[in-house]
Amino acid sequence: MDLSELQAIADKEISSRKAIRVVCCQAAGCLSGEGKDLLAALKASAAKSGISADIQICGTGCMGLCSRGPLVRIEPSGEMFERVASADADKIIGALEGKPFDEKKSDTNQPFYTKQLKVVLANSGKIDPDRIEEYIAEDGYKALYQVLRESTPQQVIETITKSGLRGRGGAGYPTGLKWATVAKSSGKKYMICNGDEGDPGAFMDRSVLESDPHRVLEGMAIGAYAVGADQGFIYVRGEYPLAIKRLQTAIKQARFNGLLGTNIFDTNFNFRVDIRIGGGAFVCGEETALIASVEGKRGVPRPRPPYPAMSGLWGCPTLINNVETYASISTIIRKGSDWYSGIGTEKSKGTKVFTLAGKCENAGLIEVPMGTTLRTIVEEMGGGVPGGKVKAVQTGGPSGGCIPASLLDTPVDYDSLAKVGSIMGSGGMIVLDETDDCVDVARFFMEFCMDESCGKCVPCRVGTVQIYRLLSRIAEGQGTKKDLAKLRELCDMVKTTSLCGLGQSAPNPVISTLRYFEHEYTSRLIDKDSSNGSVPADLRNHQSTVLVKEASHGG
Amino acid sequence: MAVSTLTIDGREVSAHEEQTLLDVARENGINIPTLCHLDGVGDIGACRLCLVEIEGSPKLQAACVTKPVEGMVVHTDTERLRSYRRMIIEFLFAEGNHVCAVCVANGNCELQTMAINVGMDHERFDYLYPKRTVDITHQLFGLDHNRCIMCTRCVRVCDEIEGSHTLDLAGRGNKSHVITGMNQDWGDAESCTSCGKCVLSCPTGALFKKGSTVAEMKRDRTKLEFLVTAREKKQWRL
Repeated sequence: MDLSELQAIADKEISSRKAIRVVCCQAAGCLSGEGKDLLAALKASAAKSGISADIQICGTGCMGLCSRGPLVRIEPSGEMFERVASADADKIIGALEGKPFDEKKSDTNQPFYTKQLKVVLANSGKIDPDRIEEYIAEDGYKALYQVLRESTPQQVIETITKSGLRGRGGAGYPTGLKWATVAKSSGKKYMICNGDEGDPGAFMDRSVLESDPHRVLEGMAIGAYAVGADQGFIYVRGEYPLAIKRLQTAIKQARFNGLLGTNIFDTNFNFRVDIRIGGGAFVCGEETALIASVEGKRGVPRPRPPYPAMSGLWGCPTLINNVETYASISTIIRKGSDWYSGIGTEKSKGTKVFTLAGKCENAGLIEVPMGTTLRTIVEEMGGGVPGGKVKAVQTGGPSGGCIPASLLDTPVDYDSLAKVGSIMGSGGMIVLDETDDCVDVARFFMEFCMDESCGKCVPCRVGTVQIYRLLSRIAEGQGTKKDLAKLRELCDMVKTTSLCGLGQSAPNPVISTLRYFEHEYTSRLIDKDSSNGSVPADLRNHQSTVLVKEASHGG
Repeated sequence: MAVSTLTIDGREVSAHEEQTLLDVARENGINIPTLCHLDGVGDIGACRLCLVEIEGSPKLQAACVTKPVEGMVVHTDTERLRSYRRMIIEFLFAEGNHVCAVCVANGNCELQTMAINVGMDHERFDYLYPKRTVDITHQLFGLDHNRCIMCTRCVRVCDEIEGSHTLDLAGRGNKSHVITGMNQDWGDAESCTSCGKCVLSCPTGALFKKGSTVAEMKRDRTKLEFLVTAREKKQWRL
């Protein structure tokens, strides 16, 4: 395969396209509606109406506005339809013949679409993820050709470093620096793509893998060339069967076309990618636990250093990045580091994909430049709370925090979010309204961390249980001032002494809600009016009865 | 062999590169408490008792898995560390079912000793009273999960020293526990060589030799008669 052959595939694909293309979302969100039946119905109606010669109907990836799925778009007009049922198929085909179908038309000029800047999601909802030809027609694999034939590995790393790209998994470690560290080590090296997305309410990685799997493969291949690895693993959680299926198809097609495997683009660069499926443990998103899991061991973290860049998979230097990080690579190579670093803020460059969920009008997948304010995302793009007011935005899942409405003008970048006591995280954003109770929110996330703790280190294994019990007591109006003081002490201890990121960040939802919504805790304490923290004797008795009752259920 | 000089609790000490901070401290008579560490098997940094403060590092580091670096300034016994250590021990007591009075290890228990050393005089957290089982299917040994603190010393000894890997872990969070064989009764685990190293490595009374636990003692009264007969009638057979 060389550039002319790649171009030939693209040209053939473009020339075979019909004048009108009707694309119907086939990502998990719309499929959970009736997306699959809808696609079949659209094809049937088109055949029935006799205009099928001029139109092409195909499935595609996520179009973003998941809360109004199933979604259908017509190209090249860009007209969109929302909440489409199979029964509407005839009407949509009718619209192509000049019979307007306005009831289900989606407004494509709303801020949800206009405020977005799509880099990672450029092809999502546009191409058929099951066909490599469509990806190639969108300049796919050109960046890989460019680096293999025209750049040295050092130049690739330089480009990535200059672009200012930071890890999209949440911690925001500079990607170029990580690549350079792995490149410097010698011997056998591995690539890992972390697709073990586990935050409640987050589905960025799933959407990217379901909508544009080749983009991730291309990014990994470029990374492998840069650091000198020849084997990669994509670790996808087992709860994402469709993403796994599409990745399998993509890997097969890429190998068939000589874009993965040996002597890629007639160079001496070899790269093989295999999929590893996670068994449902949240902690396997932590890199050392993920590596243990790929090795076939129990997925528990180990202390760092040594970092995976020095000693990772089977003791070899390993480059491990998130799905979205790899998905950003090919565009950076094609458009240049200056173009990418021109987007975003001083310390957070480029764009970030977020999933909007919770109490907002428009829930779904968006990609915005770094530095966009929370207000723009939640109130303009998300359309605010239906019939209510935003109380807080939860970012970063169980490792993040609640940002109150008064701080909605905070720009979304790594440092600003950290300053207000939350984190960027992988990109989950949950909107809370006035009816949401912050103690309950904290308790929900703590229950999650308690269930997902691997049990290796004592502070996380036992501390999360004790924090959860205190939160439950306070939420049920049984807590005391002493409990609240104990809660703070526990949060500090678990955060400071836990072994891995899961435990170290588990108290964050409690700490941030205590910071901004302390009254929700104090107002329901049983001794809120007493001046000292002592507990009345009758209450102590009551508590011990509760304890005994719980104990008899086996704790 | 590269040697580095560092400061631990105000004392200048020297360290070889293959040592850990814990090794260096102990070599110099500085006691850092540990529970999951066992000389001779790999360290995992799980109990978090050996956390120390290193100047210039925002995070606490586990001494058992941290390499000494030239010029490092380490504090092993600050008020903050003492309070965290006390909480860790309180956590362990709250988590399992530790009843010293009826335990085989009473008086010879590292958890008990540690509680005294860190100054834990009462439990401030909710006892969880978990429902846990006891496995006495093995011919020689018993495993009482109620007393297990998940230090995994036994798992590592069985794997790294004996090489039979009969013991491992299952479950997650506070439901994680030691298993034997293919998660079967210990007595049915064919890989067990009955070497007993797991029992020797256990810091508490979770692993024990059969016949040594409370209420296990049996009296064979016929032995009395035998001895009397042997002495008085010089008859050694019954």
